[in-house]
Amino acid sequence: MAELKIAHYLNQFFGQVGDEDEADLPPQQKDGPVGPGEALDNALGERAEIVKTIITGDGYFNENKARAREKIKEFLQESDVDMIVAGPAFNAGRYGMACGGVAEIAAELDLPFVGGIYPENPGYDMYKKFGYFIETGDSVGSMRKGIADIAEFIADYIDADGSPGTPEEAGYLPRGIRKNFFREERGARRAVDMLVKKIKGEEFETEYPMPSFDRVDPQPAVPDLGEALVAVVTTGGIVPKGNPDKIEASSASKFGKYKLNGVQDLTSEEFETAHGGYDPVYANEDPDRVLPIDVMRDLEEEGEIGELHEYYYATVGNGTSVANAKAFGKEIGEELVRDGVQAVILTST
Amino acid sequence: MVKEIEKAGLPVVHVASILPISKTVGANRIVPGKAIPHPLGNPELSEEEEKKLRRKIVGKSLEALRNDIPEQTVFEW
Repeated sequence: MAELKIAHYLNQFFGQVGDEDEADLPPQQKDGPVGPGEALDNALGERAEIVKTIITGDGYFNENKARAREKIKEFLQESDVDMIVAGPAFNAGRYGMACGGVAEIAAELDLPFVGGIYPENPGYDMYKKFGYFIETGDSVGSMRKGIADIAEFIADYIDADGSPGTPEEAGYLPRGIRKNFFREERGARRAVDMLVKKIKGEEFETEYPMPSFDRVDPQPAVPDLGEALVAVVTTGGIVPKGNPDKIEASSASKFGKYKLNGVQDLTSEEFETAHGGYDPVYANEDPDRVLPIDVMRDLEEEGEIGELHEYYYATVGNGTSVANAKAFGKEIGEELVRDGVQAVILTST
Repeated sequence: MVKEIEKAGLPVVHVASILPISKTVGANRIVPGKAIPHPLGNPELSEEEEKKLRRKIVGKSLEALRNDIPEQTVFEW
């Protein structure tokens, strides 16, 4: 007697109904395993069996999401299953999205879900928190290994009584779920151990991988700064008094463009900082401490720079999303180029 | 933001209070700021001294703009 009863979700192709011509197939159900389900059923041996297969066209699922979900949910509620398995979808986008949608249904029904997917498939990132996605290759060529890995995970899942452990321990793709636990050694000890290893040139494993940033080739030097139009930009939040554009103190959603109107020196009467991430006292007293207009004007007069651009740009660099910062920088850069600016000084706090 | 402006075709100097951030994110021309709340100032100095300091930092920035650099360079002052 098998321990676990499984419903297996497949698309129209793996469900052996048809190919692209059947992509608009509404949800169907069949008893027992179909196609790759048979291999999975075999691999599971006595531990589990596929009692039902649900097949839906990839096009249908993605274009009639509500109806597809409703029907599939109905099928599942009618059946007596303990777990839902979907795919493997490899890198097929619509199929991956459908499997992800099925994971969401499983979560609603309080059923465990296991799917096979290639990590770049958008369905993984979108639905990863609803179930366990096992990594596969990007094409059907990796079917055999995919099925074997899924079967192994399910067996381990049963053994672990439904608590398989971390992605690394149990062999599934990260779900983005944060679970607090206590380590044996305290953080300070672990940090020092890691540092000592690093200094010694030994291998160590970070507890938190840092994002990687791309590089931009440096632009050539300004040929004649004394003739150049120079602009200043700041992320230190220096704005006209009253913050007319209401730039947020944190997580700025915008930047401001302000005309200097011949201003020679920033004063506390006319300017302030909108930045909520540093002590504003000094910047409010004298905004030149963040946006050095006074010195720029002196240098302009002395001929060290050709001209200070009549506009400056400001935003608040406090918890600004990388996406927003990129977008601001892009727009500002384009405008500055259009306005004939040749060099930029960007100040940050 | 610095990188995007540079991508648009303009040499940029980043006057940055927090050097490791500027370096990690990948600004090319970097001038260290004096401190987070006043990258181009020092409230402990007299007004005159402070302006001299600000001028020094901006001066370094201009130097950075006048120089071709093969890779990320911090222009210390």
